[in-house]
Amino acid sequence: MSEYRIQGNTGEWEVVIGLEVHAQVTSNAKLFSGASAAFGGEPNSHVSLVDAAMPGMLPVPNRECLRQAVRTGMAINAQINRWSRFDRKNYFYADLPQGYQISQLYHPIVGEGEIEVTLNEKDPDSPTKRIGIERIHVEQDAGKLMHDQHPTMSFVDLNRSGVALMEIVSRPDMSSPQEAGAYLKKLRSILRYVGSCDGNMEQGSMRADVNVSVRKPGGELGTRTETKNVNSIRFMMQAIEYEAQRQVDLIEGGGAVVQETRLFDPNKMETRSMRSKEDAHDYRYFPDPDLLPVELDDAFLEECRASLPELPDAKRKRYEEMGLTAYNAAVLTAEAETAFWFEDLLGHGVDAKQGSNWLMSELFGALNKLGKSLDESPVNPAQAAELLGLVADGTISGSIAKQVFEIMLETGQGAAAIVDERGLKQTNDTDAIEAEIAKIMAANEDKVAEYRSGKDKLFGFFVGQTMKAMQGKANPQVINDLLKKVLG
Amino acid sequence: MSVDKDTVNKIARLSRIAISDAEADKMVGELNGILAWVEQLGEVDVTGVEPMTAVIANKLRLRDDVVTDGDVREKVLANAPAREGSFFGVPKVIE
Repeated sequence: MSEYRIQGNTGEWEVVIGLEVHAQVTSNAKLFSGASAAFGGEPNSHVSLVDAAMPGMLPVPNRECLRQAVRTGMAINAQINRWSRFDRKNYFYADLPQGYQISQLYHPIVGEGEIEVTLNEKDPDSPTKRIGIERIHVEQDAGKLMHDQHPTMSFVDLNRSGVALMEIVSRPDMSSPQEAGAYLKKLRSILRYVGSCDGNMEQGSMRADVNVSVRKPGGELGTRTETKNVNSIRFMMQAIEYEAQRQVDLIEGGGAVVQETRLFDPNKMETRSMRSKEDAHDYRYFPDPDLLPVELDDAFLEECRASLPELPDAKRKRYEEMGLTAYNAAVLTAEAETAFWFEDLLGHGVDAKQGSNWLMSELFGALNKLGKSLDESPVNPAQAAELLGLVADGTISGSIAKQVFEIMLETGQGAAAIVDERGLKQTNDTDAIEAEIAKIMAANEDKVAEYRSGKDKLFGFFVGQTMKAMQGKANPQVINDLLKKVLG
Repeated sequence: MSVDKDTVNKIARLSRIAISDAEADKMVGELNGILAWVEQLGEVDVTGVEPMTAVIANKLRLRDDVVTDGDVREKVLANAPAREGSFFGVPKVIE
């Protein structure tokens, strides 16, 4: 899709990227306990004795977490495994009270799938690429450690401990930071449509482990490094750029890339080794004897499939068929909340083209100025539909609609009420318009003469002047007709 | 299958269990005894037999997505070796 090459002293290098994305499953309760999975909360309050790994506590899986993983798998056309199993990944760390993480190594719930990405979502001609997804498995999150509260102690908060995560593992199919960025954006969009993860990277509900290696174009795969827990698309792209360059410099300087885990430091814009101990990756996985295998039946799978919403690619195609430009269709479908807002607007009887144009120019413009997101919009789809209805039936002109919209944003009043109260109704009163036209012609005799001698462009000047004199309230079509008649 | 002293030391390290040299020597013998005992199972021909996941035929039970637990901080922290306010305190771990 993109030819991304690093220029080294010995020639060009190609970059190979794979991503492991951890996405927090949207659920009320944790994966194996009835404690709340909500973000925040007083330290150690969203913790049950299961999450604290007290002796004798047994995990019971949350049906909803499995359902969301399956729905996500279906959304990426993946194989759904009717039989899967939980394994223990053993390691010691202070944020993991069990001494093992319950995960799925050998038999993940979701197998091979793929998503299609494009480098420029907004350009319909931008080339696309399929990125393979190897698997999605379900696992527990760990607790949170705080190192800066005490001189010799670290503090442990187990509120996150046991919250359900999906680990979405891609194939090493990406070959530039831009492709990796496009993949992560698309994946995030799909998760939000499906409703299986809120995609909030700032709060950490989505984070990526980034595998990077370099090779001579078409050559054997190089040794990869894994940069852990990158929590923004921009940081991920920077981390890839830095890491690929570092590996090229290292190899060309006679060194070798060591397979290791690294951290990205967004302040210094560099990755550095976590210097993990030699045994760190000896996880001694084995099937969790506390949990029977997960067996999904037809009814469960059917419900998962039936509850999937229309996904971004399909929605985009449908919008184009409704007559929207490819650009508008792409922008409106990129985020689920935009598409749902737009469809709500159409549900109130607004024409698709009129609605999409208004949403993208007027509403987005206004929200931008206010620094608000769509779900914080002071005007809801029903109110917007009222405004656009007034334009559609000729009650107000497009330019008056802009004014009315501004008043709506300021006062929260309804469009029809504003139009009534302020007398903004468009007039078809030809006498009034003709009177204004006569005044304008008298005041601009030179321009009238110029127009009549062939300077057609001046027509727009007369339209503008008349509209101004009518305070924007004249029907533009009526002005046009009358001017043509008078100017001859 | 058998283990040597290096393996025993490695397992002990991964399990965060401190053992002395003498204990490690003793453990090699004990672990190999256990392994040999379990390995008797290898005498059974299991060709074509599905791995068993439970002794009693049983299905995994799932829970509904409802908050029914938590808010038991005092219980959770009751046995903490070092409690610091609302947190567990542990020796500083930072790389």
